Amino acid sequence: MAATSADPTRAFVSAAGLAVGYEGKVVLDGLDFQITPGIKVGLLGPNGGGKTTLFRALLGQIKPLAGTLNVDATCATVPQSDRSRLDYPVTCLDVATMGALARLPWWKRPGRKDRSQAAAALETVGLAERTRDNFGDLSGGQRQRVLIARALTADAELLLLDEPYTGLDSTSAARLDRLIDDLAESDRTVIIATHDVDQARAWDRVLCLNGSQIAFGRPEDALNREVLEATYGGHIVEIPGQPGQGLLPAHHCDHEHEPGHEQRQIAGDR
Amino acid sequence: MIDWITEPLSHGTTLRALVEISVLGVVSGAIGCWIVLYELSYSAESLAHGLFPGLVVAALIGAPLLLGGAIGVLIAAILIVLATRLADESADTAIAVVITTLFGVGVLLALSPSSPPGIQELLFGDLLGASTGDILVAAGAGAAVLAVLWLLHDRLLAIGFDSDSGQALGISVSTLNVILLALVSLTILVSVQGLGNLLVAAILVGPAAAARLVTRRIRPMMMIAATIAIVAGAAGIYASYYLSTAAGASVVIALVACYMLAAATSVLQGRFGARQGAS
Repeated sequence: MAATSADPTRAFVSAAGLAVGYEGKVVLDGLDFQITPGIKVGLLGPNGGGKTTLFRALLGQIKPLAGTLNVDATCATVPQSDRSRLDYPVTCLDVATMGALARLPWWKRPGRKDRSQAAAALETVGLAERTRDNFGDLSGGQRQRVLIARALTADAELLLLDEPYTGLDSTSAARLDRLIDDLAESDRTVIIATHDVDQARAWDRVLCLNGSQIAFGRPEDALNREVLEATYGGHIVEIPGQPGQGLLPAHHCDHEHEPGHEQRQIAGDR
Repeated sequence: MIDWITEPLSHGTTLRALVEISVLGVVSGAIGCWIVLYELSYSAESLAHGLFPGLVVAALIGAPLLLGGAIGVLIAAILIVLATRLADESADTAIAVVITTLFGVGVLLALSPSSPPGIQELLFGDLLGASTGDILVAAGAGAAVLAVLWLLHDRLLAIGFDSDSGQALGISVSTLNVILLALVSLTILVSVQGLGNLLVAAILVGPAAAARLVTRRIRPMMMIAATIAIVAGAAGIYASYYLSTAAGASVVIALVACYMLAAATSVLQGRFGARQGAS
């Protein structure tokens, strides 16, 4: 995986007093944080808390309504794979090659070099054997990795992953964990929107949102009862026998009774 | 057998009709795939009906049909926007109301007793009346449509796959959609003389919809769609020659037959595949 040259003083994202929203209406405000290269950031918050709005602001799709936002990195989004059209006539290589469009002028089509780069990106995400397969024939985890390959083809330094673990089995989730680790080790920063508080504890930073910034920092400092209550509206439960690790929003505990969740926990405990 | 094939070709009208439908088939095959993938079939049919008054007025005053049709499309687009915003109607209701109204106005003008003969052909087309000039205009416009489609191929593919991420890839989704609709309009304008306002949607949608049933790759889909359009077009013209049926309508029936054949093949393949998977 190609590594970027890490500059410890460089910030990929700097937000100061930032407020963003739509048509003049503020959806998310009070944002003050700095995100440096080569880290994994968990973006936590309830549905409607502002995670997608922040992604749109980082991508430049919406402008700040107040404050400042500096994004000093090539940015790419990795949407949930189940939002893609599975009946669409594209191969994995076609999808990965789409990333090249981000750096090409409008009149230029991706060439052989771009397709080679896309093939290399598919190899990086462990899908070298599937380049000619239809995107819709892949499993959810594989589709997620193809979309990450598309971001790599775009030479993205900052990857925005929108709930990438949704619907993945434990094996696919573990593979995605390793890929995200590899991305961070190559000095890319990965921001992962998730509802899984437990999982976010393993990452370098967490940003908690609920209409405004609730907390930003290291998970061990930020993910306390007050922050989780403010982020998830006060529905927090404490799991006995897990001091410091057992604070979870109630929805998270509900999921523990769903089929497959136990497997996910085991994968997360590796 | 050879005589059966070559005899119609000895007639200039039939030969020109075959060339015209082949040109239209190649262009429709390519753009039809985007119409199907972008789910614009209803919009394409609406565009065809919406530009009808423009075509009729152009024919009545002796102006170029392309110009009349282009103005017709523009007026239809403005009226749809006005109906959506001012009357607070949903987009599909606004399109249905505006297009039906415009089409009614066009039919009123075309079928009035004072209209000169030939204007009715705008409704049902006149493939056998294609002149060399018509073919050249269709070929020129078709080449322009194909050139733009080639240039935008990867961006169209990206936006159709995932329009939200397309924006993140630096592609203007709204601009691309406007360009695509403009290309569809141009294709309709050059096809309407041959196939008629009522039937033109068949060649835009039918071959691409059939091709989609038999392949899951975009380039083969375009080639199969163009081939279906040309083969069905030729079959329709031969049927018209030997059975004395209307050429445009015969082509449309052949196109529908091809679609049904593709649909049956797809169903059988699915069942065969399922049975193999189960065994």
